[in-house]
Order: sequence, then C-alpha cells, then structure tokens
Amino acid sequence: MAVPILKQGPFLIASIQAALTDTDVIRLQEDVMVQVGRYRSRGIVVDVTALDVMDSFVSRSLRGIAHMTRLRGAETVIVGIQPEVAFAMVQLGMNFEDVHTALDLEEGLAFLQQQLNGEPDAGG
Amino acid sequence: MVSRTPVDDVRVAIRTDADVVTARQQARAIGAGLGFSSTDLTLLATAISEIARNITTYAGEGEVALRVLDDGGRQGIEVVATDAGPGIDDVELAMQDGYTTGSGLGLGLPGTRRLVDEFELRTQPGSGTWVRLVKWSRA
Repeated sequence: MAVPILKQGPFLIASIQAALTDTDVIRLQEDVMVQVGRYRSRGIVVDVTALDVMDSFVSRSLRGIAHMTRLRGAETVIVGIQPEVAFAMVQLGMNFEDVHTALDLEEGLAFLQQQLNGEPDAGG
Repeated sequence: MVSRTPVDDVRVAIRTDADVVTARQQARAIGAGLGFSSTDLTLLATAISEIARNITTYAGEGEVALRVLDDGGRQGIEVVATDAGPGIDDVELAMQDGYTTGSGLGLGLPGTRRLVDEFELRTQPGSGTWVRLVKWSRA
C-alpha cells in the first residue's frame, strides 16, 4: 500500500497507515525524493505511529530518506515511534543518532518550523 | 519437559516481502492469544521480520513455521525458518555484531538473537539455512 504524502506549506507529511512491505518502503523513498523537488519542500515529517515493527530494513530505509533529503536541502524528522518499537530497535542495534525524531506530528512540524526560522537567510 | 501443541502450528510460505509481513502478523496473533506483553510481541515480530527477510533476500523462498510450546509453567512461541538457499559460508562472521564496526555480514542475526530467548542456527553452504527462535511468555 502506497504511503500518502501531503504537502503542508513548505513541508511534506508522509503518514504511514499500515504495515509496510519492503516494496512499499522503497516506493516511499522514491516518492519523497520526487515530491521534495516538485514542491521545493524544506522539511519532511515521516509519521510511523501506525508501524508495529521497525526492523533493520525499515530503519535503514528511513535513515536513507533523512540522508537523501538532506542532500536536497530538506530536513526529515521521524515521528511517532511507539515505545515497544523503540525498545526493539535498540535491542536490534539500530540507531537513529543522525536522524531527527520527535514524539508526534505536532512536535515534528514545530521542529521543522524552528529549523526554518533559525536559518540566517530565512528573512524573518 | 517441553510439549508442543500441534493445533497451534502455523506454516507461512515465504516467497515475497508481503509474506514476511504475514509471518510476523501470525506470530503476533498467536502471542496475543497467549497473553504475551505488547513489548514481547513487538520483539518477536521484529525478530521474525529479520529472519524471514533473509529468506526472501538470499534464498528466494522458504518457510516460517510457528508453534506454541508449553514447559509446564509458561508458554512460548517457537519459530523455525527454513530455506534451501545458498546457506551461510562463515557462521562466525554472520553472528558477529557489525552494526557499529562495519564487520559482520549484515544479516541482522546478532540483533535478532538479542530479541528472543533462544536462538539456534544451522546452515550448510549450498544446501540451506535453518533458524530456530523461541520467545517465552513472562507470566
């Protein structure tokens, strides 16, 4: 199932609705990259609240999204990692040290807005 | 003495990445029925995802079999993942934790071992891999 990506001002919100197959994850990566260019987005929120498993493939792929979008000038923040999922990720040895995370969508958007406002050439 | 409950045997053929999701959801359903905690269900589902993905990635196809174990005091779920793929040449290397050092084979096996209570791997280069996991309920 494709992950819907919504445009909200300068940001994109990718809201994962159900368990992802590897194919879905790869498609999400591609879709986000295309849309960042199309909408000249400055930030992306990936909402993983609905994910009951974040295994090594999903974790690596989400990190990949964060790294790839950064190369295109947009910051990614992963929001909604469930407590059990966080526990399993740590046990598995996945680390998100170089990836921004936030508790939920609201916090994620606030973080991105702050990043945008903080830029010296943001004009504000 | 650990007995097996045959009625609870579930076999999931693993051919596509959708089957990986099915296998872990089946295990989750069985575990929920046994009263596993939410955390244990997630750890088990994540472990199954790792070993089932190794099947689709390296062997092409195989099977994940789930069954309920009962050792008298507590219940567990046994997961046996089998394939007739290329096997693993260097098991020692495959079991090395490579996520910080870049060593290891990146099969996710050391991490998977940390997610479960029992972990056993048998492999023969050229004739396949057999992985057995057990997660016990904490009741």
